[in-house]
Amino acid sequence: MSKVYIALQDNEESRYIVEAIEEDNPDATVIYQPAMIRVENENYLAIKRETVEEKMGRDWEVQALHVNLITLGGNVDEDDDQLSLSWNE
Amino acid sequence: MTIEIKTATLEPVRNTFEHIKRRFGDKPASRYQEASYDLAPEQNFHYRPLWAPDKLLYDKSRTAVVMEDWYVHKDPRQYYYGTYVQARARLQEVTESNYAFFEKRGLANGISEPGREKIIRCLLPLRHAELGANMNNMFACAYGTATVVTQGFLFNGMDRLGIAQYLSRIGLLLDGNSGESLTAAKEYWMNDPAWQGIRRYIENVLCLEDWFEVFIAQDVVLDTLVYDLIYNQFDQVMTAAGDGDLAMLIEFMQEWHKDNSRWVDAVLKTTVAESDHNRELIGKWAAEWREKAATDLAPLAEIAVGEEAAGAALEVLANRLAKAGL
Repeated sequence: MSKVYIALQDNEESRYIVEAIEEDNPDATVIYQPAMIRVENENYLAIKRETVEEKMGRDWEVQALHVNLITLGGNVDEDDDQLSLSWNE
Repeated sequence: MTIEIKTATLEPVRNTFEHIKRRFGDKPASRYQEASYDLAPEQNFHYRPLWAPDKLLYDKSRTAVVMEDWYVHKDPRQYYYGTYVQARARLQEVTESNYAFFEKRGLANGISEPGREKIIRCLLPLRHAELGANMNNMFACAYGTATVVTQGFLFNGMDRLGIAQYLSRIGLLLDGNSGESLTAAKEYWMNDPAWQGIRRYIENVLCLEDWFEVFIAQDVVLDTLVYDLIYNQFDQVMTAAGDGDLAMLIEFMQEWHKDNSRWVDAVLKTTVAESDHNRELIGKWAAEWREKAATDLAPLAEIAVGEEAAGAALEVLANRLAKAGL
């Protein structure tokens, strides 16, 4: 089992994204580093548009994630509604 | 010599204000939370208002609706002053470019004579109705409880003035800035039998003293009906008649209504879900005002759209109330 991870810049917008990730992936570990928030999880992590929109209170496109994205690890599966990271066993 | 770059992590001394911490826990709070929750004073008032000696400032008894805690509400759009202004500025930018395009291409000349008559009779008088809506929302803002609720009323009230101004500009575009269409529209508002029902309805709401009933009568019942009737059905009729250019000028109202409805639905749903007392009370208000609005709106609906229009608008309202749990 290896971990997938995503790191975002620590700012007003990312906070809502991280909140959404925490809600959708209860097992994920959130690590606050200087100016960066890193989220890790065993094997799988999903960022869902609907949850982020609810947290932000406005429309949000999954692609807008890249504005605050620093790095990520895992195989990416992205469509209009979500972005998920996973490792093939 | 080697240089080692080190990072030092500075922990903030505190995450947020004490009152936000008490409500949401000790973690970084959003600007919306900090600008909305537990702001209005609730205790230690020294004097009662001379004009209402039985009430305190921000008295919760100004409405018959009872909430254990009014701050359970949340604006799904998370508007506080900053986000609200940004959102409206964006919307207005689009609208301004629409109006500029309409003017540059002289699209007003392309609107047929009956179409122009219809706009002056069925759309322009709404600017007076919007002023009424402004006053009603300002009333609810002034006497309502909890910043998180009242700021929504204030934003709504200001938007209404903006909409009234856009309606006036539509009139000026149609009459070449002479203002004749606005005078005619005022005449319709004051004397045309088709408008007297709505005028009476709004004037009756102006006299209400319970601010939540004002919210139900104005923002829930009347707005749902009028906005569906005029900005949806009337728009379709105009487009079908070949005067679809009007759509460019009323897009602001359509987008605004969509945006505003999210807030109205959230306030309604949270309040209704609080207790059976609230559900019954609000259900009673909604039914009463719905009945009045149905009669008052019918003549205009028939002239603007057709016979089935009022029924279709009532259907939209019924769906909306059902979604809120009424």
